[in-house]
Amino acid sequence: MARRYDSRTTIFSPEGRLYQVEYAMEAISHAGTVIGVLSKDGIVLAAERQATSNLLEQSLDNEKIYEMNDNVVAGVAGHAADANTLINQSRAIAQRYLLKYDSPMPVEQLVRRLCDMKQGYTQYGGLRPFGVSFLCAGWDSTFGFQLYQSDPAGNYSSWKAACIGENYSNAQSILKQEYKDEEKEEAGPNVRTVGSQMTMDDALKLTCQVLSKTIDTAKLSSKKLEFATITLKAGKPFIHVYTSTEIDEVLKKYESVIKPADSQ
Amino acid sequence: MDAQFAISGRDFVISVTDKGLRNSILKMKMDQDKTCQLSSHTFMSVSGEPGDTSNFSEYIQGNVKLYSVRNAQDLSPSETANFIRGELADALRSRSPSQVNLLVAGYDKGTNEAALYWIDYLSAMAKVPFAAHGYCGYFLYAVMDREYTADITLDGAKALIKKCFEVLKTRFIIDYSDYTIKVVDKSGTRVLSQDEL
Repeated sequence: MARRYDSRTTIFSPEGRLYQVEYAMEAISHAGTVIGVLSKDGIVLAAERQATSNLLEQSLDNEKIYEMNDNVVAGVAGHAADANTLINQSRAIAQRYLLKYDSPMPVEQLVRRLCDMKQGYTQYGGLRPFGVSFLCAGWDSTFGFQLYQSDPAGNYSSWKAACIGENYSNAQSILKQEYKDEEKEEAGPNVRTVGSQMTMDDALKLTCQVLSKTIDTAKLSSKKLEFATITLKAGKPFIHVYTSTEIDEVLKKYESVIKPADSQ
Repeated sequence: MDAQFAISGRDFVISVTDKGLRNSILKMKMDQDKTCQLSSHTFMSVSGEPGDTSNFSEYIQGNVKLYSVRNAQDLSPSETANFIRGELADALRSRSPSQVNLLVAGYDKGTNEAALYWIDYLSAMAKVPFAAHGYCGYFLYAVMDREYTADITLDGAKALIKKCFEVLKTRFIIDYSDYTIKVVDKSGTRVLSQDEL
């Protein structure tokens, strides 16, 4: 019965649902996991690649994590081609803002513009929605470090830790359990940052822990992962997309949480 | 010809414009406010082609306000000045250029610094410690060059402005009777009367 109302994005079903949007979200739940964890000194983004083959030239291939701007890095889950279009458009939007105001675009505004675009495809034109969810990690001088999740419907929200893609509900519950939630609200004249008690080290550790629980292969390796962090260096945002050697180093460093004590 | 000049210290900007609206041989209005408030901590003084002045100011004012409302935060003075310059530059090579000269003054609440930007009708922009537009510059740069220091206080700037008024009164052909004097600092924008200088 649902079939009658699912072939066009621009109409509601009798129960008030947009099936195409829901189907897009379903597609994403089969895509490679992306995890983001916010700490007081930065944000960690980790992603599982799904296209793995010995023939792939992986060092030159970005599948999941992309820099949007000097101050924003995003992980994508879902249709790669759809993701590429949205990444290109976001990059242009961010640069046009820089041209207009001579100042980096605040993270939330970039995410909002991206989401407004996605929403358009659920209401006008009769074209299908983008089958992509984003985890956008960024820094700006007003709100500090922020992590946003956005979905094909064009909804977005700010998170301390989030996960999209395969096994996301599993990951989300582990994050909820393990994330050190006691926070100090740091008030300033215009700064509305909420400091969490997580350090970058805690965040990396937690990310590795969650990855090991949600990724199918028993052993994590740099072949299957993309990693990035955004921190501050000399008061300016610094995005670091890890090389495979660096990923191996991280995995080695947090070995203890990856291999649980009771398994050999 | 309008008097339009401004002086900035580390944490304040003080701007002066005359209040006269003259047309040919007539004094049409002698209490005209030639400044345009853009946000709580940024404003600009405007001179140039009558009509273009109000049109351009209102356009900028509306857009700056729209940004604040949309994004729940104000543009900083630097962002505002760059935006204004961009709009003026786009208009310049279009069907409808605006012949306006601006001084954008503001206090950046993020960096806790004051900023003054000089923008002319060809949309050249410079961040400056003090500046003037129009004929008054010929007289006032001499005074300001001599007296200005980077750590000037608000009282020092007020004294400097009094000297500027003296020079204009002595040597400039137009008799300016009244001025709009505005200060922007950490607590926002306020108007000073000539007696308060």
